Amino acid sequence: MLALEGVRKTYRGSEVLHGIDLRFDPGTTVVIGSSGSGKSTLLRLLAGLELADAGRVVAGAGVLGPENLIAHRRRLGYVIQEGGLFPHLTARQNAMLMARYLGRNVGWTRRRLETLAGMTHLSAALLDRYPAELSGGERQRVALVRALMLEPEILLLDEPLGALDPLVRFELMPELAAVFETLGNIVVFVTHDLGEAAYFADRLVLMHDGAVAQSGAFEDLLERPASDFVSRFVRAQRPRREDRPAPAA
Amino acid sequence: MMRGVLILVAASIATAALGATQRPSVVIGSKAFTESVILGDIATDLARQAGAGTAQRRELGGTRVLWDALRHADIDIYAEYTGTLAREIFSGRGVADSRPALAAALAGEGIVLGPPLGFADGYALAMRAERAGTLGIESLDDLRRHPQLVLGFSNEFMARGDGWPGLRRTYGLPQTDVRGMAHELAYRAIASGAIDVTDVYTTDPNIRAYRLALLRDDRGFFPSYAAVFLWRADLAARAPQVVAALQGFRDRIDTGAMRRMNAAVQLDGVDDRAVAADFLGLAPAAASADSLWSGLALRIRQHLFLVAASLAAAIACAIPLGVVAARRRVLGQVILAAAGMLQTIPSLALLVLMIPVLGIGGPPALLALFLYSLLPIVRNTHQGLVNIDSALSDSARALGLPPLARLRLVELPLALPSILAGIKTSAVINVGTATLAALIGAGGLGQPILTGIRLNSMPMILEGAIPAVLLALVVQGAFEMLERALVPRGMRRRRSHRAG
Repeated sequence: MLALEGVRKTYRGSEVLHGIDLRFDPGTTVVIGSSGSGKSTLLRLLAGLELADAGRVVAGAGVLGPENLIAHRRRLGYVIQEGGLFPHLTARQNAMLMARYLGRNVGWTRRRLETLAGMTHLSAALLDRYPAELSGGERQRVALVRALMLEPEILLLDEPLGALDPLVRFELMPELAAVFETLGNIVVFVTHDLGEAAYFADRLVLMHDGAVAQSGAFEDLLERPASDFVSRFVRAQRPRREDRPAPAA
Repeated sequence: MMRGVLILVAASIATAALGATQRPSVVIGSKAFTESVILGDIATDLARQAGAGTAQRRELGGTRVLWDALRHADIDIYAEYTGTLAREIFSGRGVADSRPALAAALAGEGIVLGPPLGFADGYALAMRAERAGTLGIESLDDLRRHPQLVLGFSNEFMARGDGWPGLRRTYGLPQTDVRGMAHELAYRAIASGAIDVTDVYTTDPNIRAYRLALLRDDRGFFPSYAAVFLWRADLAARAPQVVAALQGFRDRIDTGAMRRMNAAVQLDGVDDRAVAADFLGLAPAAASADSLWSGLALRIRQHLFLVAASLAAAIACAIPLGVVAARRRVLGQVILAAAGMLQTIPSLALLVLMIPVLGIGGPPALLALFLYSLLPIVRNTHQGLVNIDSALSDSARALGLPPLARLRLVELPLALPSILAGIKTSAVINVGTATLAALIGAGGLGQPILTGIRLNSMPMILEGAIPAVLLALVVQGAFEMLERALVPRGMRRRRSHRAG
């Protein structure tokens, strides 16, 4: 269960979210929009990194407030553009940091890491490297592993492929899609790239100027745009359903 | 690390407390110039003859330090000059430069004015005896008849109210060629004939060495700097026989005798204790058995203790302060400004400021060095934390780590290189500043430097300066090794993660 109800957020005197109502169901919801549309702020509210100025964010832990933020954050995984890996820890230490802090069973933690490393094609040798010694794609894989370690109910991704070069991105997309499929959890994926959106989305939310311009299946936005903005946005990137890369076998 | 810090702090307090309980019955202080040191030796011999246990705090850094130490009961006795009492210690308090007035003012502070020792060490003008004879000059009044004379004065004498400006007015002196120069150079200049007249202290052994004649001050312009012992009034209860000996030591040293003693130490290199014992007709005290190396080892130990204890306490306080400064913006500005202000106080002034509170010796030196060490560590801790990439702090928060765990597991490790750099800066500065601690009786490598300056002995200065420099290099190297050991490989090559 994850929902925004009439959420408003103001930064330095200007409102960046004007009353958002959204409900996130299991499956992948892609939030798309140009920079400044409020999509990243929306994700930070979902992650409990910010609190709404008005309205409420409802999650498994209840209405988010200062008292349950930490509990809420422990039920989610969060991946950002550069991975946000801690440079003073190896990939393995990064992934296991939270499990260790919470005193999780060592055997369980090790097995969980093995499973996730297998899913993301990370070798044991790579796991003993520091982030600075990994490639961009490897860092994003490690970040994904770290986010998934404690079996989160919600996975939040903020432009996770944004900083990768096209070939690496192309390689990583089917892997990510497979992971989302396997987990069957609530996934919220923020991007500005319509190609990525079309590839991952079970449902799409198009943000514009701090409000939801339209939400629904990709075809809805393409064929029945709710406004002139939606049709211009969709046309500008000219994606075609047929161009969608096939998931790796 | 935290435990080590606590042990160090506790050890320093324990040492200070131990020092206080082992205080001998009578402590004699002296200033960092030869005459004061000799007079301190004489007072020590007198007290010992009177049957008291004695200790010396030698070569302390100036009138203010001695005076505060005496009032603070860190020392019981030291030699002072009446002119200094009237003009420096009681300056601005309207105390007349007369024995009854000074005795009354001192009594108000719990201090006793001893009898005159028999000589005065004041300013006088001097010429080469031969040239003065040729020109027929015997007194300051005679100078008026010779406007062509070249005058060279120490820079201090040029500036002081009771120096050249007042002298020129009082005697109506016409000379126009008047130069300021370093005191030591003035002797060479007068010997070579580059200048004709200079200022001297009346007991300066160089007066004889350079065959100078002092000019009579018929109008009484120069204040009298009669030498006296000062002691604490409560000494009478603790060591009445010592007070009796000091009271009986009246008019025993005339100007010639003092000048000869100064010459023996300063020009002939005789040990000051031997000179004092010889003057009193005592068998010279057994020369200290310290070899150069054991003495050096002791000073290095003292020095390292000052540096390590003050630095450990500074680390223990400065890192939390830096964390608070990084968390609370307004409070942070206040903390950084306060630490910065401490840094702008000249080190000697900071040391002297501690004396009224903590007396002389180790504790005030430790406190001053501690305060000095704060800023680099506070600032670097603050900087290290504030400069953490917001993506990393967001990631730590999004993992669900509570604030203290974030600090311990993520933020402090990320700030570690910056914090270590701050500690290294503090440590190296501290090694240098600790040499000044000798001025307030805390020992260390500054001690031979002070003695060397007093005796104009370069080897002795180097005996303190070279180990201090080496120590600074060792400390620097040690911290660089520590940095290599503590900072993980992933952070050493700070390759940027950001692509665009």
